[in-house]
Amino acid sequence: MSEAAVVGLLVATVQFATLVYLAGLGELIAERSGVLNLGVEGMMAMGAVSGFMMALATDRPWIGFAFAALVGMAVAGIHALVSVVMGAGQVVSGLAITIGGLGFAAFIGQDAVRERADAVFTDLGIAGLADIRWVGPILFNQPPVVYLAGFLGIAAWFVLNRTRLGLALRAVGESASTTDSVGHSVTLLRSGAVLIGGAFAGAAGAFLSLYMAAGWTEGLIAGRGWIAVALVIFGAWRPGRLAAGSLLFGFTLALQPRVQTFDLELFGLEVNTISPALLGILPFLLTVVVLIAISFRARHRPSPAPAALTLPYRREER
Amino acid sequence: MSEPGGAAASPGSGDGRVVVDLRGIRKEFPGVVACDGANLTVRAGTIHALLGENGAGKTSLVNVLGGVYLPDAGEIWVHGQQRQFHSPADAIAAGIGMVHQEFRLVPTLTVFENVVLGSAPRYLDMGQIIERVAHLAATYSLQTDPSRPVWQLSVGERQRVEILKALWRDADVLVLDEPTAVLTPAEAADLGLTLRSMADRGRSVVYISHKLDEVLSVCDEATVLRNGVTVARPRSLAGIDRSDLAEMMVGEAATQIQRPAERPSGDIVLELAGVSALSDRGLPALHSVDIDVRAGEIVGVAGVSGNGQRELAEAIAGLRPTTAGTMLLAGVDITGASPRGRSRAGLAYVPEDRLGMGLAPTMSVVDNAVVRSYRSMRRRMMLDLRRCEDFCRRLIERFGVQVGRVHEPVSALSGGNLQRLLLGRELTGEPKMLVAAQPTRGLDVAGIAAIQEQIVAQRAAGVGVLLISEDLDELLALSDRLIVMYEGQVAALMDPTQVTRAEVGAAMAGSTSTVSGGNS
Repeated sequence: MSEAAVVGLLVATVQFATLVYLAGLGELIAERSGVLNLGVEGMMAMGAVSGFMMALATDRPWIGFAFAALVGMAVAGIHALVSVVMGAGQVVSGLAITIGGLGFAAFIGQDAVRERADAVFTDLGIAGLADIRWVGPILFNQPPVVYLAGFLGIAAWFVLNRTRLGLALRAVGESASTTDSVGHSVTLLRSGAVLIGGAFAGAAGAFLSLYMAAGWTEGLIAGRGWIAVALVIFGAWRPGRLAAGSLLFGFTLALQPRVQTFDLELFGLEVNTISPALLGILPFLLTVVVLIAISFRARHRPSPAPAALTLPYRREER
Repeated sequence: MSEPGGAAASPGSGDGRVVVDLRGIRKEFPGVVACDGANLTVRAGTIHALLGENGAGKTSLVNVLGGVYLPDAGEIWVHGQQRQFHSPADAIAAGIGMVHQEFRLVPTLTVFENVVLGSAPRYLDMGQIIERVAHLAATYSLQTDPSRPVWQLSVGERQRVEILKALWRDADVLVLDEPTAVLTPAEAADLGLTLRSMADRGRSVVYISHKLDEVLSVCDEATVLRNGVTVARPRSLAGIDRSDLAEMMVGEAATQIQRPAERPSGDIVLELAGVSALSDRGLPALHSVDIDVRAGEIVGVAGVSGNGQRELAEAIAGLRPTTAGTMLLAGVDITGASPRGRSRAGLAYVPEDRLGMGLAPTMSVVDNAVVRSYRSMRRRMMLDLRRCEDFCRRLIERFGVQVGRVHEPVSALSGGNLQRLLLGRELTGEPKMLVAAQPTRGLDVAGIAAIQEQIVAQRAAGVGVLLISEDLDELLALSDRLIVMYEGQVAALMDPTQVTRAEVGAAMAGSTSTVSGGNS
């Protein structure tokens, strides 16, 4: 294997990791508040198409990116309204958003298909560092969204663990009635978390259309939204572990299109004979392994999953 | 002022100023009037007992004070101002701190996170907050480790966290709903000291209990409720003894439970030998328990809740694996049998969680009624719905269950009717052995009487009964033999006709193992 091939694989790993991390972080925030949002795939599609079209119209990738976050937030607003405010089933509402979002994105994006955008993100190329062999291209010559995702991860950790807002958010995901009884608004906290989650998913979608694919086609998201949902479980609902998990998942995603070109033998196995489709299920397989590990451990201590996840809340009136 | 019970004192540093005044509170729930003109006046620096029997309206009244319920009528005055509480947050803001029977804590959060939740500074400076919480705990001698997660704590420690929550919010009035029901005697004594130190600092405590000795030793004043009405409000408990209090609580219409006639018991139907089991948290909950129950006798099980009674019932029902020992039901070894196997061997089980484990809340009355015996109501591969309905109607009639329609969800039924339905279902198919856990808890008078009547009827029909209850009067009246559980062991075996409540109470507190009345 050539050095260029390895570097290319690792550069792509960081970018795929960024993609699923952004969407996964949004989902993590929503789930920590007790709301499962299975609409990530749909929100990413809506973000991808609307961000791309806005960037085409304005010639500025950042405006497209920000617009995508707003659109993701708006779509998540439907989920917040249905499942938080009205207390309907989160699973049904989320699935509906995925199905509807994918369809609606295809519909409004008909004219944008195959349009080549000039207004896409470019690599940052941090002076002096980007030229370092190996490390340079992988870490210091990436598009700005990669660094933004890293910053958002740290910010999310800080807010969750070191602020009043984060404490209330974690509490409402564990026990809505307790949080209500101390004077926090369950509806406000959960709706807010879902909206933030939607913004992150929309932005992740725009990263795909405004950089990684640099264009829009139907089916662009290709299940990465579902990987983000699985990633939250894999990361045990913690921003730090989520980052580690996204690098692993990002690696399998980056490997998928490249594996058949690799001339490499590992443990007597020709790597290029591994089916890319098999690699595609690896994230889900790993997530199942983690789920089993969690349930084994849960015999002696609480599960890392928010205890009130998927449970709608209505104030008890006897 | 004299000091009965040692610790009772004149109001601490309080100047007799009225902090809370509830006037003519009325609260009605569908079918039940919980409070009907209840009054409560609490003065600064005092520990105020709120007394009354189960269902007298104590919890409803303090829930009005705590902003949980909006009263239908009446006035809430706090510090001389009339208030309207629309939510618990309103009450907290007015200085009312509540410690409910079910704790409102988030198990995965740490002690200090639970304490500051809802009134934390915008930025959580961990070191500083932990120090402040630790300081507050030390001030009121509440032993706790602020940085431990709550799921690791014992019940007593969790209660201390609840009290800390109220103190953190600077509550003037702390309301505790039966605080010692879940505590060991040593923890209860510590709690008494904590409450006294609060009163000495000018705060007030409303203390709900029906343990009279405890009230006499801890409290300064009292308010007694009966059927939702305030019937007595002694300004001082000096010179008042427990029989005075009992009389105020019960009034003249004391319902005495009729003790069933003596009858000879038959062969052993249930025999536990050296049974051990673990609690939900994986800690030993039952240690080598030996119990036998004969046909036609009621064996009562007393104990402070959390001493292994629930685990015992679940182990017998086959819902909790045992780690040692054997169980025989009518001579058949059921140690490793499934719940269904035990049911077929003649075991009936009324779990304490009647609308969760006992009955499926959203399923209909019919479905719940047949869920144990639907296998005999099949027509080929399908359920014969007509036979199911007939079965259900017979059951409803026989056990006096009051239902609107048999297809309505069972959650629409009142507590008494739920328990009649559950007991009736378990008693069809003529069981040999009935295990009933807290079968009358929370029921109204008519419901209690009906359930007790059924249990006595089973005894007369030759069924062995293991009656687990927290109602000592019920146990003393109905049991042929009485077992006291303490820390997962059979601490005492008593003859209910020979012991006093005080002796049972001492055994429940784990004092000495008194064995009066022999095991066969």
